[in-house]
Amino acid sequence: MSEAAQEKQPVVTPVRVVIALCLIAPFVAMLWVSSYARRDPALIGIPFFYWYQMLWVVLSTVLTMVAYRLWHREQRARASRDGGAER
Amino acid sequence: MNDGVNGVALAVFVFFFLVVTVLGFMAARWRRAENENSLDEWGLGGRSFGTWVTWFLLGGDLYTAYTFVAVPAAIYAAGAAGFFAVPYTILVYPLIFTFLPRLWSVSHKHGYVTTSDFVRGRFGSKGLSLAVAVTGILATMPYIALQLVGIQAVLDVMGVGGGESTHWFVKDLPLLIAFGVLAAYTYSSGLRAPALIAFVKDTLIYLVIAVAIVYIPIKLGGFDVIFDTAGKAFDQVNPVTDKPRGALVPGDAGQWTYATLALGSALALFMYPHSITATLSSGSRDVIRRNTTILPLYSLMLGLLALLGFMAIAAGIKVQNGQLAIPQLFEDMFPDWFTGVAFAAIGIGALVPAAIMSIAAANLFTRNIYKDFLKPDATPAQETKVSKIVSLLVKVGALAFVLTMDKTVAINFQLLGGIWILQTFPALVGGLFTRWFHRWALLGGWAVGMVYGTWTAYNVASPTQRHFGGSSAEIPGIGEIGYIGLTAFALNLLVTVVLTFVLRAVKAPEGVDETAESDYTADVGDPGVSPELPKVGTGH
Repeated sequence: MSEAAQEKQPVVTPVRVVIALCLIAPFVAMLWVSSYARRDPALIGIPFFYWYQMLWVVLSTVLTMVAYRLWHREQRARASRDGGAER
Repeated sequence: MNDGVNGVALAVFVFFFLVVTVLGFMAARWRRAENENSLDEWGLGGRSFGTWVTWFLLGGDLYTAYTFVAVPAAIYAAGAAGFFAVPYTILVYPLIFTFLPRLWSVSHKHGYVTTSDFVRGRFGSKGLSLAVAVTGILATMPYIALQLVGIQAVLDVMGVGGGESTHWFVKDLPLLIAFGVLAAYTYSSGLRAPALIAFVKDTLIYLVIAVAIVYIPIKLGGFDVIFDTAGKAFDQVNPVTDKPRGALVPGDAGQWTYATLALGSALALFMYPHSITATLSSGSRDVIRRNTTILPLYSLMLGLLALLGFMAIAAGIKVQNGQLAIPQLFEDMFPDWFTGVAFAAIGIGALVPAAIMSIAAANLFTRNIYKDFLKPDATPAQETKVSKIVSLLVKVGALAFVLTMDKTVAINFQLLGGIWILQTFPALVGGLFTRWFHRWALLGGWAVGMVYGTWTAYNVASPTQRHFGGSSAEIPGIGEIGYIGLTAFALNLLVTVVLTFVLRAVKAPEGVDETAESDYTADVGDPGVSPELPKVGTGH
């Protein structure tokens, strides 16, 4: 992403692709309504439609956390390569 | 309903209400800086809040009467269709993660307090900035109205406020009192009041949810029974519309609506002035990203609360006004004293966001209308004064919505606001990432989106209302039913892109961009960025 204002360092890196995927996945999952618009299998009486979306609350949290960690690690790596306080 | 006043519940409710009122007035002394008459102080709490306070503030915006009353009411009325609020809040976090840190950086570097400040600085266009400000204020009013509807629902069920036959003044008196208290402490304490009260609010809400989600299903015989009963209820054909009341799972026809409502609402949420206020009041760029990893807890709560709509059906709650379903469920299920606690949670859960929203709208007015167009040489003390007064006026505007409009489908208030606020997306988020869009093109796109959205929403009829009866309509060219806000947004974007090409071709003046690329990634510790107060006025 555009935080890469610095010259020489590549804008698209494998880590950033992973970050992007983590952030895009919830959109694909949630907007594809027909993939989860059904009742079965139910969980403790709650139809699939409902518990699946609730499950995605947890999944998207994990994905965002992964993105956050990766981002941080990359920022630190870049900063040490630059030898300056970059963000 | 309205079978007399529930004395115990009312006493508990009033007790909590008094506690937060005292807290609200005391808040002015909490973490105060020297200069209390600056707009940064009153309107952004000095911009120094850490992860936890910011979390409570953001949560205060996100989870409101919308969560407690409007969403379960939508489920109670139609089933699955109302559950779109869950994917909506899921999609919000990746969006925040992507663009809010940039907004934080550029705002702290240049002393921006509102989205309009940023748009004017970025595009050098007062017209565009005015458009963003007006939209923000307009869109906030129905959202505040939704909060007041939530408070009213609680008061109704408690038996104060009276039925339909009571004189309108007596009927609305308790609401007016609650409203007056809210207005008074917001006026005196600014953003610190809701930030402090948010702790009480969230504690109460967590408690009530935990109890409701365990206790009510057990009392009703488990989720199997709840969904069975609800499924049968939804299958029944409504004699007026000749269609089933609702469904447990959206059918093919409803899926477009479901997805567009979720996406449109998610894109809209962080355009609202109050969400931005909460974000900018955080102490560092990192606080925002850290928040996105813990905010989803709120989504889980929202999902659980939404299920209360089904429980209301299973418990045999029959109300004409769907907004009363959940308060009525609580009153029927809980012992009186805990009903009082639950109602206090809903009531305070509506007051806090109403306060935050009105402060944000007031900031917008003062900075981007009063100061830019009416009195450019206003002193910080005058700015704060005007903000305080406008925060009152905005609430009065919201009150007008409540007292005059049909409130049986309160979720439409919020969706109507969403239609409007979404039209500022290209200027704001577009502007955060690129300067390619032309300022006049953005203005043109905004105008088209606003007109199309308002006109289409105006023409949506419902069984109870001829106009503004819903928020979904056929998407031209696709033929499916979708959220009007998202359709208008797509149209807006299309017009913006086309006009940008045209305006660039004729070399229309682009305006001065006062921001630099590195401003968007600046953080605390960088030159010119402080975690606290760039004093109001220096950003100009």
